[in-house]
Amino acid sequence: MNTAAITITYKVPARRHPVLLFMTQQPLGAAGLVVIVLMGVCAAFAQWVSPYDPLTVDYGGMLAPPAAGHWLGTDSFGRDVLSRIIYGARTALAIGFIASFLGCTAGAVIGVASAYFGGKIDLFIQGVMDVLLSFPIIVLAITVVAVLGNFVVLGIDVNLIIAISVPMLPRVERVVRASALAIRELPYIDAARAAGYSHTRIIFRHIVPNVTAPYLILLTAFVAQAILAEASLSFLGLGVTEPTPSWGLMLSGAAADFYQQAPWMIVYPGIAISLGVFAFNLFGDSLRDWLDPKIKL
Amino acid sequence: MLRFVAHRILLMIPTLLGVAVLVFFMLRLMPGDPVATMLLGDAGGANISKEILDAERARLGLDRPLYVQFFKWMGGILQGDFGVSMWTGQPVAYEIAIRLELSLQVAIMATILAVLLALPLGTLSAIFKDSWIDQSIRVFSIAGLAVPSFWLGMIVILLLLSYFSWIPPLTFTSLADDPWENLSQLIWPAMAVGYRYSAVSTRMMRSSILEVLQEDYIRTARAKGVMERLVVARHAMRNALLPVVTVIGLEFAFLIGGLVVTEQVFNLNGIGRLFVQAVARSDFTMIQSLVLLVSVFFVLINFVIDLLYAFLDPRIRYR
Repeated sequence: MNTAAITITYKVPARRHPVLLFMTQQPLGAAGLVVIVLMGVCAAFAQWVSPYDPLTVDYGGMLAPPAAGHWLGTDSFGRDVLSRIIYGARTALAIGFIASFLGCTAGAVIGVASAYFGGKIDLFIQGVMDVLLSFPIIVLAITVVAVLGNFVVLGIDVNLIIAISVPMLPRVERVVRASALAIRELPYIDAARAAGYSHTRIIFRHIVPNVTAPYLILLTAFVAQAILAEASLSFLGLGVTEPTPSWGLMLSGAAADFYQQAPWMIVYPGIAISLGVFAFNLFGDSLRDWLDPKIKL
Repeated sequence: MLRFVAHRILLMIPTLLGVAVLVFFMLRLMPGDPVATMLLGDAGGANISKEILDAERARLGLDRPLYVQFFKWMGGILQGDFGVSMWTGQPVAYEIAIRLELSLQVAIMATILAVLLALPLGTLSAIFKDSWIDQSIRVFSIAGLAVPSFWLGMIVILLLLSYFSWIPPLTFTSLADDPWENLSQLIWPAMAVGYRYSAVSTRMMRSSILEVLQEDYIRTARAKGVMERLVVARHAMRNALLPVVTVIGLEFAFLIGGLVVTEQVFNLNGIGRLFVQAVARSDFTMIQSLVLLVSVFFVLINFVIDLLYAFLDPRIRYR
């Protein structure tokens, strides 16, 4: 009897890294991520990337148009616009990430607590959130800035960050609370309760892991919002103060006086803001489609 | 229906009271002292004696206990009196009234622009999902969310300045006085904020239409041979409008107080400008009344949106 060797080959689908998977399934989001990473690198290594010091004043070379020496021209103090934009990325990203992290984390904690405990606590928290929601974002931020004043630690204005993150609270809280409410009704929460676990354990081990998707989505979306808010507040003179380079600040004051002589002072910082916000929006949108398309922001 | 309206109106009271309490006490925590800002700011230093400062504080009622000040403010509001600006000495209601027309008009013009753009673009984007039309509309609207409206305003001014030597006018011309002049003044700020506004609404319209197109009654309409054009126009668009109306309403409410930065760029003397000035001058009475007013507006718009729901979708019944 002939024994023919039978070989069966089958392919185990290669397990691909989730980042790679995201990059191939969401090309637009990947493009956003690339821009974000580039901005991050520029911000982190600003000392080496930027051609000039952003603070060096050169009265001999004021309002110089874009040329070989200064690619994006100089401002009314003779400072290099490109260098200020690169250092501005540092300000924008630092404030954007910290503010978004603070606002989303605090909002998520309040949301989960509100959903988990329910009853009177929930009612009270919802009342407070309704109050915060009835302020327009910029009005609330300006009021908080006005009340807190400036408080700079390590070159970062802590109160500005608080002012930017407070308006996020009710918006994050609502989304996270809705997700947590649905989870609270699931049998495994009852099981955990029946097993006698403490509230903290149930919240952190059983509920929090299930609201990470909306949390991450909101986090990226609000970095974009925070960058815009920082630019607006700095533009109004209520945010980052001179001489710290900030995109919004670059557009305020002198820039508006030199519309015709030095349009580059206005054009390029605005492009930087738009590009940064655009990248985060693109990435956030794709992240939502990828993780949980039902979430409405 | 009547019970629903009454219930909703009653529910507004605690929210607005919360806003009033929050703003009032937050302001009192502010480091700035309105009297010192007002008197020392001009005189430049300590030339003014403590007696004069105290007398001024007494005149403005700032020396009295906080709760007395609060109830005086609330009592005034119930009688339609918002108090007197600590800076200009004019009634707050007057200061707001002379600026409301401008802010309201820009907000309305921006809304019209946004609706005119968003409804067709959002619908097209949804019908031709994933085609190049959809892709370009989506990029256009995501860009609209990214471009800061105040910068867009600056770019518009830059272009107008370069090509038509147009500069933002120093004074505001009312619509009643000279409609043409008025519109040519306000169309640019309306466009600058309208772009962002239309972007938000376009995205909502697109996702809303996509959702509605999945419904059974759309399949029924198609099955009985209704033309695709009519399926979209009569069956899908009408039902898709609900969430879009919410977005449009919320953005409109936001514009009344939220034009702050754009007004600065276009040199418009509106509500937002007034607010920033009041903050810079620690004008307590102005800030608190302005914030309360904007919140009232916001809450009312929300209420109107809810009522519109019933009108647009007869299935919704309020009890």
